[in-house]
This record gives sequence, structure tokens and C-alpha cells, in this order.
Amino acid sequence: MIRHDKTRIDAKRRANLDYKKRQFAKPEFQKRDFEHRLNYYILPPTEEITLEEFETWAIDRLKVLSELNSCTYRNRSPEETAEYMTPILNKYLPLHSNSSNSRALQDERKKDHYSHFILRLVFAGSEGNRQLFSRLEAMLFRMRFKEDDFRERREFVKSLDLDWEDVSEEEKKQLAPELTAVSGFKKGEEQDWFKVDFTRVPELVEGRKVLLKRGKAYVLQREQVSLVVSEFQTRLNEALELTSRALPRLDEDDRLAPILHHLSQAFTAPEAAYSSSDSNIDGLSAPTAQSIDALAKHFPLCMQSLHNDLRANSHLKHFGRLQYTLFLKGLGLSLEECIVFWRRSFKLMTDDKFNKEYKYNIRHAYGDVGGDANRRGRGYTPYSCQKLLTEPLPGPGQSHGCPYRTFAEDNLIRAVQGMGVNDRDVLNAIKDDKKKQRYHIACNRVFEFTHKKEIRKVKEEGSWSATDLDTILHPNTYFKRGWLLKHLGEGNAGVVNGGEKMEE
Amino acid sequence: MPHSISQESSIDEDFSMPQADAQPIKEETTTQPQDVEMADADSPKEEQDAKVNLEDLFNDDDSDGEFTSSAPSQLVKDQSPEQPIQVTSKSSYSDPEIMRAFYQRLFPFRYLFQWLNHSPTPTNDFAHREFAFTLPNSAYLRYQSFPTADLLRKQCLQLLPSRFEIGPVYSTNPRDRKTLRNASAFKPIMKELVFDIDMTDYDDIRTCCTGANICHKCWGFITMAIKVMDIALREDFGFKHILWVYSGRRGAHAWICDKRARELEDTQRKAIAGYLELLKGGEKGGKKVNVRRPLHPHLERSLRTLKDNFQTSILLDQDPWVSGKAEHLLNLIPDPTLRTALQKKWDSAPSRPSASKWNDIDSVAKVGGLSITPKALVEAKQDIILEYTYPRLDAEVSKKKIHLLKSPFVVHPGTGRVCVPIDTRKVEEFDPLGVPTVTQLLGEIDEYDREKGEGEGDKKDKMQDYEKTSLKPYVDFFRGFVAGLMKEEMGKVKREREDSEAMEF
Ligand SMILES: [Zn+2]
Repeated sequence: MIRHDKTRIDAKRRANLDYKKRQFAKPEFQKRDFEHRLNYYILPPTEEITLEEFETWAIDRLKVLSELNSCTYRNRSPEETAEYMTPILNKYLPLHSNSSNSRALQDERKKDHYSHFILRLVFAGSEGNRQLFSRLEAMLFRMRFKEDDFRERREFVKSLDLDWEDVSEEEKKQLAPELTAVSGFKKGEEQDWFKVDFTRVPELVEGRKVLLKRGKAYVLQREQVSLVVSEFQTRLNEALELTSRALPRLDEDDRLAPILHHLSQAFTAPEAAYSSSDSNIDGLSAPTAQSIDALAKHFPLCMQSLHNDLRANSHLKHFGRLQYTLFLKGLGLSLEECIVFWRRSFKLMTDDKFNKEYKYNIRHAYGDVGGDANRRGRGYTPYSCQKLLTEPLPGPGQSHGCPYRTFAEDNLIRAVQGMGVNDRDVLNAIKDDKKKQRYHIACNRVFEFTHKKEIRKVKEEGSWSATDLDTILHPNTYFKRGWLLKHLGEGNAGVVNGGEKMEE
Repeated sequence: MPHSISQESSIDEDFSMPQADAQPIKEETTTQPQDVEMADADSPKEEQDAKVNLEDLFNDDDSDGEFTSSAPSQLVKDQSPEQPIQVTSKSSYSDPEIMRAFYQRLFPFRYLFQWLNHSPTPTNDFAHREFAFTLPNSAYLRYQSFPTADLLRKQCLQLLPSRFEIGPVYSTNPRDRKTLRNASAFKPIMKELVFDIDMTDYDDIRTCCTGANICHKCWGFITMAIKVMDIALREDFGFKHILWVYSGRRGAHAWICDKRARELEDTQRKAIAGYLELLKGGEKGGKKVNVRRPLHPHLERSLRTLKDNFQTSILLDQDPWVSGKAEHLLNLIPDPTLRTALQKKWDSAPSRPSASKWNDIDSVAKVGGLSITPKALVEAKQDIILEYTYPRLDAEVSKKKIHLLKSPFVVHPGTGRVCVPIDTRKVEEFDPLGVPTVTQLLGEIDEYDREKGEGEGDKKDKMQDYEKTSLKPYVDFFRGFVAGLMKEEMGKVKREREDSEAMEF
């Protein structure tokens, strides 16, 4: 990879590649040849690439993974996901088959290979991120595997050396009645089988979906996808575990660390991502420290509850402060006003203490201070629902996170009743959502109920597009949409009227 | 010397047993087996029959720490002057004197050791194996382990457990588990794959007996289960070393001892149990067999095996649908017209035997007017056969390495019967009611010695006590089983060693 980090990441690998041995390696070794379109990502990259390639390739893959993530988040079916992802993949991470004779073949595969390994470094740091990465990469792999050319896929599987034996024609003939009984196919239908030790396919054994003969499981070809993918994921999980142990050494690298940090910050589902347009709300002039109290009624429950806690205790603990600061930043509160807001909110605190212990964090969140990467990225991004939902649960005295997840059921019901939800069916549906861990659905349900009149209106008028009413996946979207809906006909619904009028 | 207690009667001298200090015996005494799931658990009442207090047994064992280096050997009557055992009709099977004589003279420690050790010389396969004792006062002693067969035997003679169980081989010696700095370093690494079949699971279709009782008729359920399971384990999974053991009362255990079986992970054990399990749903669950067609080859084969047994063991022996008990059968008939017609017919002749009722299904169906195809009726009848004959497993025992299972050859405290192996080649001949009880066996030794008299003293001395009793065929069978297992294991070890040596060149 990058010249000087080679020794750090690939120390183990390099041990096998000393000069003497390399003499006997294929001459193409340095410039890897990617024989197959699909990749199990076993060998780390060895070639050198530029810092710019490092970053842009990683960002492109990140884009793909976050789009995939949003597909699961929206419960898209595999077919819908594949359809949705095709143009995105073609744009950011194209991978052509051998038969396409594309000239870019090797470059595409190289980018795929490198970007995967770079993101391992980005995601290996925490258990949650490792799981996320492994899940998304497995999803991506499965998608590509399924669409792969039949013959090339077969070649690829062969190259994996998974101890799968082919079942010969003769054996197939001999076992025909039993194989047919297992597959459920009618006689004469083409069926391909392979043999594997039964211990390798416990789920298929448990479901009696294989034929067993003296410890060998005869597996239908169609089951292969799940096996290849689960093997892929198993190996990836192990590799990520190893990477995470190597990370501390990587942190010393002053060129890579900031980039990796920045990349890991950037990961959110794109639709759910905060976009700067969210702070650009028609008709809402620049909010000030003073106007937050009045705006709070448009906040989603997560932010309302932080706001209420802050008002009740004149304090918020660290994570709550961070979550709320970023949200306020997201709705357009300037750094100066934000500092004023917190200064006034912490009524019981001396200026000295505030300036010493709190101000810096606010400036850091806004990207006013901190390292290069932080300033370049203008600080932290406001948290999305997904971020809030995957964080560790708040401890005692902490109030951050998503209340639909963190509140006990009765507390949650009381809270949404406080937001004006009094319909019993809706309340029951929210309880049900919570049980099924569909927290964002519950939140959207509350939004729809509390804005149902306005939503009906814009639908009838056709003044809002369907995407304008898509599922909310970001607290700032919740605020923006809610505020706009409550101010319909005030010249803001899509009509620019950047008046001076301060809200309320 | 009637019933004298001799030394070393069942331990052989022909392999070396390193002398080690006696094992601690007072750790982990609990009165309730809480953190362990036991197969074939019987009512604790019977096990308390032996009213021996643990304190009495150890009253002169002062509390100088857990790991006393000197064995309280004066407590073991091993070295005490020989005295006859008084076996009377009032003796309980787990009376201390009886248990002592049993462990001293009859229990095949040597073969048990070889079975678990896979080699004549002690290895960690044995030394790191967990044993758990049920003591005469019903206390349950877990995480015991022994470097050698002799030390296990000594412990049995000291504690006189009413029975003991066998758990997994651990990564370290189970006795050291608390001294490990890293708790996760203590984990089960190996255990036989085990199955437990118990008559309780058949209670809803068993008509001949209830509760803990069994007879030859209902033993048929267990016979059918063993046949189906054994063939599947061999043909489908390729296991060779399968030991079936009578649980002493109303069930059977299977120990699959192949190395591949011992090394199975829990997910794989669960998969095997799931593959073999068929009946779903409890008492109120309705139809218990719901399988897709065509039948999986394992089920097809099982059905072939079970069909004949269904005619005899179920229709004749159990006669489950006689006089007003046909309702469940009617519920399993998928066609309403047929169901109504059969109901009418049977209501007018309630005492019609089950075999006739079974045949009625086809003859009434021939009249016609059915909404289902003949094929669907055939399948429904297959499902009924499977519901009444297919093995009912207590699958939980099978799913985890960590589970313990009662050792072969211990005495069932309720029946006094020894948990003997079952020879599957003659599984139909196995008679659970003919299995010797511990008191019977001790009587047989006594009788043998009396008959042979003093004259053949030399020969008698060379003879082991079990050989004088009806336990002999079972111990011989076990010895043969263990020999087969050891032969394969040692061959394997040798091959592996040769392979690794060859690699170095
Ligand atoms: Zn019976």
C-alpha cells in the first residue's frame, strides 16, 4: 500500500516475501493480476498507491456501503436493493466480468481490492463498526456473487479451495432417487450437487436440506451462495479481529491516521446524512441562542428530551451535549450562538469553568479547533438516527441516544403523549414497533400523526414530492420537515422567502 | 470366604498407574444439582433412601484445607479386615455397604478408564475429564477429575456415590478451574456426542404402564428408537463407535465416541439433533409430524424400519385406539368425510381393536367421496406411523458439550439395576427387566465362591469377581467396544506422528 506503512500493516505477510523468495514468485507479483472478478480479500495489497488514491478509493467504497446500509434500513428486498445499487456500483465501484473484455478490468479490481482493505482499517476500531462492515461487505459480496457469470463464478469457487468435491455423473446417477427426494426437483430436472463434510453445513443438516452419506453432505448448487457468503464473512470477521489488534501501531502514522479518522466520521447512510441544505430552511432565519426554546417543539423526541433535561437540570452529560450541539449546528445555529446557548443554559456554572472545560468541545464539534482533518471536515457531522441507534445505551444520568430505544415502554408512551399523540391505535403501534426494535418507524409514526393535517394538505395539493415525505432517518430532517409543514402558506413551502422574520 | 471384600479385585495390574496423592473430596458440595442438566433424572426421594450423612462418613476428616495431601484412607474399608456384606431383602440398593462392594468388586474401572482415555497409559483425555458424584445424602459434587483409574476408584470407595456422571474433557484440569487467572481458559474441548431417550416422552401414547414403570411392551418404543437412531448415526453421519447403554430404568443413552464426534462444536451437535428430531409440539400442539414430501431419505428409511414395529409394538401391544380412545386418530385423518364415516363406524363398535381400526381407514376410504387424493391419505397414514414410532429425543442433552450424562455401569438407585450396554446387533433381545441388580450380582459372587469351594482356590483368585456373575457378558461387550475404539485411536495417533515426522524431511 503506501510506501512507509507497508511494514506496519503487512509485517506478517511480508515475512513470507523476502527477497530470495520473491525471485521465484511470478513476475506479476508486484503488480497483482486479478484473475477473478470476485474477491475473498485474502491477500493484502502490496503495490504502492498515492495518498490521493488511498482517500478517494476509500470514499467511493464508503459511498457504496452506506447506500447498501440505507437499503437494509429501508427494508428493501434483495431485488429492490440490486436494482437500486446497480447505477451506484457502476459509478463508484464498477467490476466487469472477464467476458466483458473491458480494458479497465485490472484497474477496477485493484480499486475494489485496495478500497476494501483501506476500509478494514477504518472500521476495525470498534466491535460495532466491525460488525457493520462485515455485514455490509457480505451483502455486497452476495450481490456480486449472484450476478456473476455462471462459468466465472464456478471458476472462482474452485479457486477458493473450500474442500468441496464435485459429485460425479456416475455417483449422481447412483444416488438419483435420494438426491431427488432431498431437492424436491422432478426427475430429469437439471441439478448440480457438491459434497462437503457435514460439519461444514450445520444449518443445512439441521433442516434436512442435504443428503447425508457417511459423514458427507450432498449439497445442492443453489445452496452454494449462502455457503460461499458465510465463509466469506467468517474469514472477514477473523481478519477484522486481527486488524483491530494492529490498529494502535497504525495510529502512530501521522499521514494515514487523520484520513482514516475522517473516513470513519463520514460514514452514515447518505439519505440519512446531514446535508448542508438542512440548515438552509426556507423562511427560517438564522436561529439564535434565544430562539431554541421556541423551536424545540419541532424537534424529534430525542432532541426534545435532551432539551427538557437541559432546562430541568441546567446541565447535560458529555454525550448528550455532543448529540445536542451537533443537532443545533445542523439546524443552522452558528458557533457563536451555540456557545451563548450553552453558556446561558449552564446557569450554575462559573464563566471560568465553562470556558475551560466546555467551550473547547463546542468549538471542536464545529471544526473551529482540532487537527487538520477535523477543521477540513468542519467538525463533526450531526448524528443520524442510525448513529444514535447503534451507539451504546446511555448509562445512569445520561440521556443521549434514541428514546424509542432507550426509554422503558411506559416512559416512552408518556413522552409521546406529551408530544400530542393520544390515539390509542397509534400508541399501540408504537409499543409494537419498540418491541420489534423498529425505532425509526415509531418515530416516523409520531411525526406522521403530529403532522397528519399538513401532510394530507401537501399531498392533496401535490406541492411536495414523494421523496419529500420519505421515511425520516435523521433528526435534522425531522426538524426541517416538521418546521416547513407547520409553516405552510407562509411563503416557505418550496418558495424562497428568505425574510428577516424570526420564527415565532 | 463368603462375600469378603478383597483388595484390587477389579483393577488390573498390567498397565502402570502412577501413584498420585488422594484427591480433594470436600469441594463443591451442594445439596441441589442446580447448574447441571441431568439426563434420566429420577425422583430424588428414591435416591435419599440411603440415609447416610456425609458428615458421618467424614467425621474424623479435620478441616485442614481443601487440598489435604494425606488421604483419609482410614475411612476406606479397603484395608480393613474383610467382612461379609449383609444383603437382606430390606437392603436399599444404595446402602453404603452395597455400594462399597459394588465399586470394589464389580465396577469395571479399567475399561471405563480405557474408554475415556483412548489409550492404556493415562492422558489428559482422562485426567481433564469432569466427573460428578451424587453422594448418599443427595449432595452433588461437580468438577471432579482423576489422573488414573485407580484414583477414580479410590474416590468412589470413599464417597460411595449412589451414581456418577461424566462430563466433557476440559482445556485444563477441572480441579484447577478456580486458580486460573483467565476464566475463559477453562472451557470444554471434547465430549462424546450423546443422546437420551426416555420413556416419559412416550407417555401420551403408552397404554401399558405409567410413570416410572416399564414392561416388555413399552420397551418396544426404546427398541424402535435405538434401531432408527443407530442406523442414521452410522450410515448418514459415518460414526462407528456408538455405545448404547440402558439407563437403569426406562430409557437408553447413546455415547458416540468417534474422535470426530467428540470434537463436534455445539452448533454441529445441535444440527445433528435437529436432523434426527422429528416430532414437534407438546400435548396441545395437535399433529406432531409435519414433513415435506418427498420424504427425506433418512425419514424414508426410518419409516421402512418402523412399519413392521408399528404393526406389533403399537397396534397389538399398545392398542392405543381401543374403546373410546380413537379421538386422536380421528383428528389425524385429513378428510372430513372419511373422518365422519370412521367415527360412526367406531362409535357403534368401540371395543374394535386398534389393528382393525387402522385397516378400517383404507376400507372406508375405498367407498369413495373423499376430498383428498389417495396419495394424501397414504402420507397422512405415514405421518401417523411416525408419530407413534419415531424416536422421541430429549435433544437438549445432545446439543452441548458441557452436559453431563450418567456413566455406564453405575447402579440405578431406584431399581438397583446396573446401567449395562445394549448390543445393537441383538437389540430386540435386550430385556431391561432381566438386567441384573446390584444385590443379585453380589449374591452371584457369593454363590459362585460357595459352589467352587476352596478346592479351586488358585483359579478362583485369578478370576475377577464380575466374571462370576451375570454382569460378565455386559462387561465383555464393553471391553470389546473399548478395544475397538482404542485400536482406531492409537492407529490414528501413530499415523499422525509418522506424518509429522515425515514432514520434517
Ligand atoms: Zn409397559
